[in-house]
Amino acid sequence: MCLGIPGEVIELMADHPDLAMVSVEGVKRAVNVGLLREDGNGHEPGRLDLIPGDWILIHVGFALSKIDEKEAKASLEWLTGVGDAYTDELDALAASDIT
Amino acid sequence: MKYVDEYRDAETARALSTAITALCEPGRRYAFMEICGGHTHTIYKHGLEDHLPEAITLVHGPGCPVCVIPMGRVDDAIALAEQDGVIMTSFGDMMRVPGGRGSFLDSKAQGADIRMVYSPLDSLKIARKHPDKQVIFFAIGFETTTPSTAMTVLRAAAEGIDNFAVFCNHVRVTPAITAILESPDLRLDGFVGPGHVSTVIGCEPYEYVARDHGKPIVTSGFEPLDILTSIYQLMKQLAEGRCEVENEYARVVPWAGNPKALAVIDKVMEVRETFEWRGLGWIPDSAMRLRDAYAAFDAEKIYSVPGVRVADPTACQCGEVLRGAIKPWECKVFGTACTPETPIGTCMVSSEGACAAYYNYGRFSRSRVKAAAQS
Repeated sequence: MCLGIPGEVIELMADHPDLAMVSVEGVKRAVNVGLLREDGNGHEPGRLDLIPGDWILIHVGFALSKIDEKEAKASLEWLTGVGDAYTDELDALAASDIT
Repeated sequence: MKYVDEYRDAETARALSTAITALCEPGRRYAFMEICGGHTHTIYKHGLEDHLPEAITLVHGPGCPVCVIPMGRVDDAIALAEQDGVIMTSFGDMMRVPGGRGSFLDSKAQGADIRMVYSPLDSLKIARKHPDKQVIFFAIGFETTTPSTAMTVLRAAAEGIDNFAVFCNHVRVTPAITAILESPDLRLDGFVGPGHVSTVIGCEPYEYVARDHGKPIVTSGFEPLDILTSIYQLMKQLAEGRCEVENEYARVVPWAGNPKALAVIDKVMEVRETFEWRGLGWIPDSAMRLRDAYAAFDAEKIYSVPGVRVADPTACQCGEVLRGAIKPWECKVFGTACTPETPIGTCMVSSEGACAAYYNYGRFSRSRVKAAAQS
């Protein structure tokens, strides 16, 4: 639960403004990116500074921060070193469907 | 891999180690606490203490939310799970954590409907799918996971889902730091501040640690060189007579944190007057609960929660480990009665717990232990 997993944004989902399709270790999953969106003005949603190719750090299905590719790769290496806790988390993520 | 080499370069590690040693005042001993379980993991996996001078001790803090959950809250959650028509959902990390009368896994084996989820949004999906059931999410975690729970409650409210509730156990990191600073059996010289929590809360909330308690704190990344750099920054502050909050992990942690996440938490939740922590006791202002406006999603308002209080097992010294008062291997059941396969205490259950990290990597230096025992 505490592990931040890096993922690469594949596409923003037009029919779900707060969801993005993200590749995590080659597996595509929907991730909620609402916490990266600026507040709206009450009429329109705020700006989301995110495009395909960006990397994000994902916690329990939500993107908490944007990171660069170098940090993403380093985080993946660190996670791989964590062992079972990371593979359990990846399995849980693979089973998750938040759409 | 070139990315990782940059964070693990042995020559840089040696240079940092030399610089840290040069900053040690002769005859003085230093103790720094790393608050986050992820940092503890890096320290033992890479044997970082072996790169530090004898004068520096790293003390492991309470930054593993599974480890600090009191047994009574597990029993309360199991009591909720055993109510008719309830589906309890929880992160996988919690499934084996023992309460006074067993764990979620034990209760599931006895017939309770307890399901593992990756995200609170998975719980919400289960609620949509089972409108005839009440789905409860066992919400746990520091500020890293709190905004996710808050966002899920907002989504449930927006969709008008009336069979989803949260059993809120979210905790706050700064009151725990205060409790440690006020603990009589521990003298610290500074803190390696948490990484992921700080992506949400930023660095400002730590300023009181430097200003009011006179202890420097450096927010740190998770790579071995991040932690060595943070210790260097702490030592440099002490040598120069400074006491500040510094951000070693600025490549991920903005100084102001994630304002949107903070706003969402504030909209849905409020600070509890007090909350019980395993090993640390009752700590004022240390946890969150749902605001009255969201009472319809609060399992503690919907159900009568027993409020079970359970003393920790007498054999287990998790409390002292969590306060940093003893090292894991100094616990009388470490590695004998208490192992990752048969855990007695939470620090051995969670892979981020200090005891599991020690057990899995076996990095503690027995010569150091011996030397400490003789000093």
